[in-house]
Amino acid sequence: MTVVYFTALALLTLTAYVLASRRSVALSATGVRMHSLPAYHGLLAISLVIAPMLLIWAVGTPLVSQLAASNALTNFPAEIRNDALQAGSALREIKNLAAGQHSGDVSDALRAATDTYSAWRTSGNFLLLIIGLTAALAGIATSLRMVSGQFRARNHFERIVRIVLMACAGVAVLTTIGIVASVLTETIRFFFDPNIKGRPGILDFLFGTEWNPQQAMRADQGDIKSAYGFVPLLTGTLLITAIAMCVAGPLGLLSAIYLAEYASPRMRRYAKPVLEILAGVPTVVLGFFAALTVAPYIRGWGEALGLDVASESALAAGLVMGMMIIPFISSLSDDVMNAVPQSLRDGAYALGATKSEAIKQVVLPAALPGIVSAFMLAMSRAIGETMIVVMAAGLAANLTLNPLDAVTTITVQIKTILVGDQEFDSAKTLAAFALGFVLFFITLILNIIALRIVRKYREQYD
Amino acid sequence: MENSTVDLSAIERVEAARTAHLTAGAKPAKVLAHDVNVYYGDKHALQAVNVEIPDRGVMAFIGPSGCGKSTFLRCINRMNDTIASCRVTGKITIDDQDIYDRSLDVVQLRARVGMVFQKPNPFPKSIYDNVAYGPRIHGLTANKAELDEVVQSSLEKAALWNEVKDRLQDSGTGLSGGQQQRLCIARAIAVNPDIILMDEPCSALDPIATAKVETLIDELRSNFCIIIVTHSMQQAARVSQRTAFFHLGTLVEEDSTKTIFSNPKDQRTQDYITGRFG
Ligand SMILES: Nc1ncnc2c1ncn2[C@@H]1O[C@H](COP(=O)(O)OP(=O)(O)OP(=O)(O)O)[C@@H](O)[C@H]1O
Ligand SMILES: [Mg+2]
Repeated sequence: MTVVYFTALALLTLTAYVLASRRSVALSATGVRMHSLPAYHGLLAISLVIAPMLLIWAVGTPLVSQLAASNALTNFPAEIRNDALQAGSALREIKNLAAGQHSGDVSDALRAATDTYSAWRTSGNFLLLIIGLTAALAGIATSLRMVSGQFRARNHFERIVRIVLMACAGVAVLTTIGIVASVLTETIRFFFDPNIKGRPGILDFLFGTEWNPQQAMRADQGDIKSAYGFVPLLTGTLLITAIAMCVAGPLGLLSAIYLAEYASPRMRRYAKPVLEILAGVPTVVLGFFAALTVAPYIRGWGEALGLDVASESALAAGLVMGMMIIPFISSLSDDVMNAVPQSLRDGAYALGATKSEAIKQVVLPAALPGIVSAFMLAMSRAIGETMIVVMAAGLAANLTLNPLDAVTTITVQIKTILVGDQEFDSAKTLAAFALGFVLFFITLILNIIALRIVRKYREQYD
Repeated sequence: MENSTVDLSAIERVEAARTAHLTAGAKPAKVLAHDVNVYYGDKHALQAVNVEIPDRGVMAFIGPSGCGKSTFLRCINRMNDTIASCRVTGKITIDDQDIYDRSLDVVQLRARVGMVFQKPNPFPKSIYDNVAYGPRIHGLTANKAELDEVVQSSLEKAALWNEVKDRLQDSGTGLSGGQQQRLCIARAIAVNPDIILMDEPCSALDPIATAKVETLIDELRSNFCIIIVTHSMQQAARVSQRTAFFHLGTLVEEDSTKTIFSNPKDQRTQDYITGRFG
């Protein structure tokens, strides 16, 4: 049915274009001065076909299945109809049978219901097709009638383009709002829903120093106050991110300076993609590299120095994560430094600046806003990274700033909580939403800080 | 020397010019170019240029587009070094010192030879920092007070002080085009160079700003040796004392500005200044 509908749509679209543009051509052949080119009359006609047909389909299809379902269910007794669970499973059986995938016995009621369902769907869809075709034909007729010398098809089409683009942007914005809203509601439930057993208070969550949701599972015996303390996760996240930035910041920025200012074009052509490959290595691979190669080394060195090193350490995860985000910093910073006009460098050279003076005093300040956003992007990546930490830093929520200890991060805990079978209204599951919300909040703050910095220097430097 | 086709007549002209100076009791040349050839990769952009540029005064380079004026100008402060494909042969001396000599520090050379570019290119820093940039990197001033003084006197010499004295901390890029170009001139004279190279300094400016820059050049010429590239014949006639005409990578003729515009020796010069080509 869908196939027929969309085939009709495609054919009508084509027809609309051809008819409208032909008519416009014919009109101008009679000597009428046309405001718009034939193509615009055609495009406008297309819009008048596509828009109503898509709208009718988008509204009509769910309506039809709704109607079909409720009518089919009248074949069952009232107690089934009124129980949401039973009605749902009956509906699933009906749909399976209608699709010919039902196995096992078929009761009379079910057979009758399925027949009703199919009948309603067929006639509903047929009706949709008729309505759609009528609307499309009306659209074509209207657009043909509108073709004339003074008709501003070009301007009208421009408006339609704007609406389509706005709708696309709207989808992205609405999705974001939707995600934030859903995370926010679940978070609020986590903190305030009295039906959830074992939930902590906001302050216990924000300032508690022990994270142990497994214990809270056995809600009646666990000490709830100490189960959902968020602080160790935050320090773990910040610790690993800080280590990663200590690695990636200098290495990334300095290699960007090398690539942009010192490397020959040939060198740059080869070195840059190679560096970027680093960003393409799957994080699982980096994770077991960290756990199996880097961590033992660190442990070995630590022991040689007489230090007590956990076999899974923040240092191992941070180092490898730093390697991972180097390309984000180097590649983006390289691009922005390249975008600094050569005339500025020439100005510095002509005053007798050496190369490194010109870079330090002219190129870097001019590129600073871009470099800051490169750092922020890299930092968001580091904060959001899960796999490397799971494998190399462990799961133990230790409250420590010692890079040689095992730590865990917000993302890792979200993953740990949500892996496996879930009941969606336990405190443990909802805790993941709370963590997600906090994570979102942290990155938001980071972005705002970055924007501030960028704006400050923009004012100063443009 | 890469080039075998040494232009003998040019050398003779230079020699003649030199003796003319001596007999006239003029100062010896500030910049002396002998058989300068410039290649961009395989392209022979400048061929056997010989010229003598006197100290104090304005020398104008004119000629049709692509004839190598900028290329030659950039040889004098070795800005061509920043172009990988560019190769310079021959000899250029400033005050009898070979500037392509290995022992010469190009950074020091550029402190002595300032340059103003076609498009104003102030640094994205404050007006003050723009002018203070050169003195700072060369350590020319001992303390803040001296630096302030240098900045003020440079801006005064560039006829910009009155317009910006109340907003020295504003960004240099926020000035108008003409103000930016004068800022660049102030930036160049702040390191107190001997020579100032100007590559079409007025081509991005309106007539009023152009007039200001020209007045400025006229004032600066008693203290500096100024070499200016220009497409405007009127401008060359207004601001320069000597003029060199370039054509297709060769220096065709160099003489006093008056002679070039009233009584040129070469037919090509004649054609160019009367607007027959270029
Ligand atoms: N960076 C470069 N690489 C290769 N060739 C160049 C380069 N710069 C200049 N050239 C070539 O050298 C020749 C002289 O160029 P130059 O810039 O000196 O001309 P010009 O006289 O300053 O011209 P205009 O008046 O248009 O500025 C031109 O043919 C140009 O194509
Ligand atoms: Mg030029």
